[in-house]
Amino acid sequence: MGYTPQSGTGLLGSSPLRKEGRDKVLGASRYIDDQSLPGMWHGATVRSAIARGRIRSISYDPAVDWAQYAIVTAADIPGENTIVHLTRDHPCLARATVNHPEEPIVLLAHPDKTALLAGVRGVRIDYDPLPGVFTIEESEAAVAANDTERIIWEGSDAGGTANCFKQYCMYSGDAAETEAGLEAAFDTADFIVEGEYATGAQEQLYIENNGVIAECFRKPSGGIESVCVRGSMQCPFYLVHALTLVFDLPEDKCRVIQVETGGAFGGKEDFPSVIGSHAALLAMKCGHPVKMTYDRAEDMAATTKRHPSRTRHRTAVSKEGRLLGGTVDFAIDGGAYATLSPVVLSRGTIHAPGPYKWPHLRVRAKAMATNLPPHGAFRGFGAPQSLFGLERHMDKIARTIGLSPEELRRRNFLGTGDCTATGQPLNEPVDMQHLLTRALHEAGYHEKLARFTVENKTSSIKRGVGFASFMHGTGFTGSGERRLNSLVHLDLLPEGRPQILVSSTEFGQGTNTILCQVAAQTLQLPYDEITIARPDTSVVPNSGPTVASRTAMIVGKLIERASQQMLATLRAHAALPEAHTADDFHAAGLRYLAKHGTLRESVRYEPPTKIYWDDDLYRGDAYPGYAWAVYVAEVAVDMNTYMATCTRFDALQEVGKVMHPVLAKGQIEGGVAQGIGYALYEKCMWKEGRMMNNQMTNYIMPTSADLPPIHVHFEEVPSIHGPGGAKGIGELPMDGPAPAILNAIENATGVAFNTIPLLPEDIFERFTSLGHPHGGSEDLDVTVDRDTRTEAVEVTA
Amino acid sequence: MSLVQLTVNGTRQQVDVPPMKRLLDVLREDLALTGSKEGCGEGECGACAVLLDGVLVNSCLVPALQVNGSRLCTIEGVSTEGRLHPIQQCFLECGGAQCGICTPGMILATQHLLDKYPHPTMEQIQEGLAGNLCRCTGYMRIFEAVQEAAKVA
Repeated sequence: MGYTPQSGTGLLGSSPLRKEGRDKVLGASRYIDDQSLPGMWHGATVRSAIARGRIRSISYDPAVDWAQYAIVTAADIPGENTIVHLTRDHPCLARATVNHPEEPIVLLAHPDKTALLAGVRGVRIDYDPLPGVFTIEESEAAVAANDTERIIWEGSDAGGTANCFKQYCMYSGDAAETEAGLEAAFDTADFIVEGEYATGAQEQLYIENNGVIAECFRKPSGGIESVCVRGSMQCPFYLVHALTLVFDLPEDKCRVIQVETGGAFGGKEDFPSVIGSHAALLAMKCGHPVKMTYDRAEDMAATTKRHPSRTRHRTAVSKEGRLLGGTVDFAIDGGAYATLSPVVLSRGTIHAPGPYKWPHLRVRAKAMATNLPPHGAFRGFGAPQSLFGLERHMDKIARTIGLSPEELRRRNFLGTGDCTATGQPLNEPVDMQHLLTRALHEAGYHEKLARFTVENKTSSIKRGVGFASFMHGTGFTGSGERRLNSLVHLDLLPEGRPQILVSSTEFGQGTNTILCQVAAQTLQLPYDEITIARPDTSVVPNSGPTVASRTAMIVGKLIERASQQMLATLRAHAALPEAHTADDFHAAGLRYLAKHGTLRESVRYEPPTKIYWDDDLYRGDAYPGYAWAVYVAEVAVDMNTYMATCTRFDALQEVGKVMHPVLAKGQIEGGVAQGIGYALYEKCMWKEGRMMNNQMTNYIMPTSADLPPIHVHFEEVPSIHGPGGAKGIGELPMDGPAPAILNAIENATGVAFNTIPLLPEDIFERFTSLGHPHGGSEDLDVTVDRDTRTEAVEVTA
Repeated sequence: MSLVQLTVNGTRQQVDVPPMKRLLDVLREDLALTGSKEGCGEGECGACAVLLDGVLVNSCLVPALQVNGSRLCTIEGVSTEGRLHPIQQCFLECGGAQCGICTPGMILATQHLLDKYPHPTMEQIQEGLAGNLCRCTGYMRIFEAVQEAAKVA
């Protein structure tokens, strides 16, 4: 509260009202399902009923009047039958085979939405089923046994091997030297600690389902002139790229407009390329605009989720608690097609070492194919998975060697000037020691640790505290930002006011607001003077996708530079005084426009000169900057109901300059809530590759009554790479909650759980299988970690 | 088809619709009031929440015939002549709206809560909003907005 409009200096760090907020609280924002076009039809998808097989035939029930419907199959696609991400293995519509349940095969459109259900039911598809693989282990087993019947994916135009979309092997130094160092470390270690950790799929569960409206325009000759898709999405230019291939059209003939988007979280990064292409094909076929919106059940069953994962650690540790060397085997389940799995895997791999010094480290990573719908982007993008494994493993190491979780981490934290596992020197200040001290203090960790130990002895409610230390890289991984080569425009509108043009989208995180703050602060203008154009690819330049915590730092920096350029232009050519008022600015702007007609400042990304990444060696500066964090969870486990509840959460992070405290807190709290859901509530139930609980009724996300108080604390250490010193914060809060909560549950119960989600039935099963039906007694055997499939803790010396 | 008469945001309306048509669709399609959103279609998310004779209901679960003769308040009826209601102002200032899709239902649930408990405890707020899912905020900014609104109202 306490908003006062501010201008220029001091605007970054204040909390002006969300740009589009007024329409949102009025209910006046127009989301895609609130819009329609004249003559619009409605579209629906006929999907695979089986996980894997050959399509024998497609037939149409004669009881349905098919003349009323537009029907699209793979044969109607004018260009390539592919939804391109990094590879071309993913068909737009299945032609001869299906590889996952709910794979789209036939599209239907009808003027009346209520007629679609009868149409979908009237399409009969017969299959010759083939055996499927549904887990990482089954997929690996097929490869190991060379079981050709279960090799479900054989490589693509962009590489990959049987059942494996992508592999990485990351070394902390020269490969041969690291292998030798690892051998020596494991030979001489006082302790060798092994563990296996697993995470489940997670549904993004944006409250607005996927939806688009597409149009197709014909040339007088009848050929396709252009297509236009508007809809709910994060990355308009991804959809442009997809449409150019499906329709064999140049980029400027594929127009995409992002409309108000009701949540995304990564779930609208790659998937709009699918639904957008489908709706455009139907528009082509029926000659009318076509709206496609999924209902909740279809959205949950057929669209992307977070990749399930398995992380295996083997770590050599000295008795003083120094990490001497480690190997990490990280595997994710990519689903049936490669989609974004290679880059999700990459971020997971690079985050696997965490904020620690590893003298010798090898991370082997792979993305396996299964007959599930393709998994995709979800906030954190691989990092929550590998960091869950690491931060649970750190607690296991601490327990094994007899140090506190705090002390073990303190002895291994990276600091300023140290190198990360990819060989990146940390030139900007990093103070994990201080972050840990402050986070534990804010959470009352030590006091609670002592108190709960006493109280738990006489209570059936076991309470505990735990924490996780971690970091999250801002921007695209490795050479990604160089390749994106992002471009922004800053225009001077005819009335002399600046307007930002970017393809960076608003879907709740605050893109509109923070970019306008950056421009206003740099241009020394009031916040209300700045507007931002709707992302319409016929109008805005490609400032890159709205992903990877990159908008504030990378795109924000471009807006800062464009604003500086505009100031310089107006000072040099329109007599704008050094210190100016908004009126001075308008006057100078109008003088400039009168003389030159228009003013557009365009700024392109320039890679920092000292940042370099080697894709072949997988070494170098993985990210321009990192946000650093320590999250502390307090839990209560009811030993009568086996329900674990998070009762308080403290999130401390160093994120550079906090641009907008209210939005920033909201980002952290929202991410923590999703992380609590990931740990304790949200379980995807699968049967033969199909999600069985694809409803909000039985897929449980946290409600307002489920969440504890979430206390957000910031440390601000300005970064040179972001505008006003800001770094990215969007994904960071997804990384820490799950391991912090499971560490706290181990503290509470004395039992190590290493698989999420962890629901009451999982806790019940574990305690009853331990032979302690009443649970919680003091003699629970904690030396054998039954949840960890690698059971032995090998102790040498 | 059934003739249904109702008062929406103070205006008398009459629609001729199938009797089992969902109130949500009547609002969105027949009355062009698109502020009420569909999130799940099964009464779980609360994005379609409206006040029906002062009671908070999920409009996706209410058949049109049932609202004959009723008074309805939707998000479009919360502000007056473009001026934000204090609840809306507090949501805006506290960061209670992020993507905005749950916001209309959340604001009506807040209005209902504050009618019942003008000075609600945190527990009453948490319970009162538990039928409205928000995936963006983690609810903390919303709780703050509700507490601020209780002070202002």
